[in-house]
Amino acid sequence: MENIICACGHSNPYGTKLCEKCGRPLTEEGKQTKVVDMRYDGTAIRSKTYNKTVIDKVWNFFSNVKVGIALIIITLVSASIGTILPQEMYVNAPEPSKAEYYEKVYGFFGKLYNSLGLSNLYSTWWFQILVGMLAISIIVASLDRGLPLHKSLKNQRVKRHESFMKRQRIIGEGQVSNPDETLDKVEQKMTELKYHVRRDGSALLAERGRFARYGPYINHVGLIIFLAGVMLRLVPGFYVDETIWIREGETRAIPGMDGYFIKNNKFILETHGDKPQDEQTNQGVNVKAKNYQTDVTLYKQPEGAIPGDIDNLEKLRDYSIRVNHPLKESGFALYQMNYRLNELRQMNFDLVNKATEDDSLGQIEIDLTNPKKEYDLGNGSSVQILVYTPDFSGFENGEPQTKTSIPNNPAFLFRMITPETPKGEVSFVEIRKPPLEPLGENKYRMKFAGAEMRNSSNFTIRKDSTIPILFVGGIIFMIGVVIGSYWNHRRLWLQVEPNGRVLMAAHVNKNMFSMKKDLDTVTTFAGLPPYEDQLDKSEDVKKSTKKKEGDNTL
Amino acid sequence: MEKKKKRLVIRTIILAVLVLAIGYTVYGTATKDKVELLAVGSKAPDFTLVDLNGEKHKLSDYKGQGVFLNFWGTWCKPCEKEMPAMDRQYKVYKDQGVQTLAVNIAQTDFEVQNFVDRHELTFPVVIDKTKSVMTAYNVGNLPATLLIDPDGKVAKIVTGELTEEKIASYMELVKPK
Repeated sequence: MENIICACGHSNPYGTKLCEKCGRPLTEEGKQTKVVDMRYDGTAIRSKTYNKTVIDKVWNFFSNVKVGIALIIITLVSASIGTILPQEMYVNAPEPSKAEYYEKVYGFFGKLYNSLGLSNLYSTWWFQILVGMLAISIIVASLDRGLPLHKSLKNQRVKRHESFMKRQRIIGEGQVSNPDETLDKVEQKMTELKYHVRRDGSALLAERGRFARYGPYINHVGLIIFLAGVMLRLVPGFYVDETIWIREGETRAIPGMDGYFIKNNKFILETHGDKPQDEQTNQGVNVKAKNYQTDVTLYKQPEGAIPGDIDNLEKLRDYSIRVNHPLKESGFALYQMNYRLNELRQMNFDLVNKATEDDSLGQIEIDLTNPKKEYDLGNGSSVQILVYTPDFSGFENGEPQTKTSIPNNPAFLFRMITPETPKGEVSFVEIRKPPLEPLGENKYRMKFAGAEMRNSSNFTIRKDSTIPILFVGGIIFMIGVVIGSYWNHRRLWLQVEPNGRVLMAAHVNKNMFSMKKDLDTVTTFAGLPPYEDQLDKSEDVKKSTKKKEGDNTL
Repeated sequence: MEKKKKRLVIRTIILAVLVLAIGYTVYGTATKDKVELLAVGSKAPDFTLVDLNGEKHKLSDYKGQGVFLNFWGTWCKPCEKEMPAMDRQYKVYKDQGVQTLAVNIAQTDFEVQNFVDRHELTFPVVIDKTKSVMTAYNVGNLPATLLIDPDGKVAKIVTGELTEEKIASYMELVKPK
């Protein structure tokens, strides 16, 4: 790839459209058009320069704007497909039956949707690779265009060749009587209009709002920071999203927060009134909740303590976790998410004679969180618990079985000892069922005498250290968009030769109206010849330059 | 020539970094939801728990011995099935330097004691009342068994029921040499 030597003697990199030094068009196409393409100020897009190695080929692929646009469209379309049905994590069904849920609720389409993996679209490898490729495209394309553009804008020369000036959209030619005075006046007026004015002999360049050209690149930087923030969520320590169920009275290690423990002291559910009123009853609506609150105590292990060592927990503080009032601790937040009312905590039984029924030999209170082997009732009577199953599910080889560790359906095998039956009678008691008497007819039985309940709270434990990064990325992105949208880069080139010949040209990357307004002011003030807009002319000119009319923001 | 070479190097680096980042993201998301215990070869987190006799068991006290660490609950059928085999192998290997420790997940003393008595278990059974060891070991499904070698490193992680041969071979694996 050879350099291009311009007529002015400057050596330009391959692919350059307008000479870096004087601005002469270097391509055949450029030489023939009336108005040159000022995108990237005519610099060589780097990807076009080298194309030898595999790396270069990959690079050039991602540098291509068409590829970038294709990636954006594909990403957009697939992302919107993911919104047709709710994503798996928002489906209200237990984990193993989610597939059935889709079929049941949405029919064949739901089944297809789920089996194609669209119900978990944003976590699929192909979607992530798509977003990743978009990121590569943004970075590569910006580097390829942004850097040369920056270089070219920084090294702009004041004096440009006539062939460059004449191919700008706005041009003007004429005569003035006093060259120096004209240049001085233009400088004065343009400075007043907040232009940055540079002069080089008989040439003048007035420029304003150059930073607007960097808008797109700034917003690309913001996007990349944002994507990097999202990616960091996967790095251990940056993002925690755990959940915990905890019953009143329990102390539990907090998942995701090493060394921290939480005790549920009390769960409070308050409603607006105790009974549904008027319309609520008519419509079958329950009473409305006013407050969900869990009073908790937060503990921390002393420095250096290991898991399971709960002898010396330090109490940090008491707190009431309510909706929108999470418990916050060193970057973590615990949110009230859910609750469960009325789980059995204690069961009371009377030991009664089956014949007399009402005469109790005494009551036992079984704390289900800590049942005892034997309850002494005095007067020579006592009750032993032989077996306790919190969630009785039937017998297996004569052994009562439990389904879970939660007291959903507690059952007890009691031995009742009374002065009348000193050897003891065995009775199997299941809640809301008549007792079983495996060892023959009993004289006594355990009569249910009430229970105490407790509630459970469900918390979500969250930590997201990526939020500041997302914020910074988002803000930079917005700054870039605003700069690129609301500011424009205006330039005026002027040459007044000693003999009084004036040549002027102007360029603006968008908002031609603002440029013309400034030009009107300065031409009137300095007595410059009138300018013309080359695109405002006859039909045939329009045709040849139509494609150049696009928004040359970059 | 120099410039071209430099450009190629820079391009290669940028593309490599981006490809690695994408690879990491895809891999990270794919493995995020799997219940992963600790990594084999990593140090087993130390812990201390109290057994049914009120005795404290600290993992690091067993340094120099292999440890067969089993997480279980009375409601878990496969846990119950493997217990007798574990007890027989415990008796074989305890004198060869392999300790067995069964960690119950936050059940009541009564239930655990009852279970131990019923199955006549002789190895120490501790109760993780606050689920803090369970959390530290990231235990999800029960039973979960970890083999810890005499250096305190995780040698093997198994979830699900074990046969007696398996139990014996795992104890053999972490036996001090």
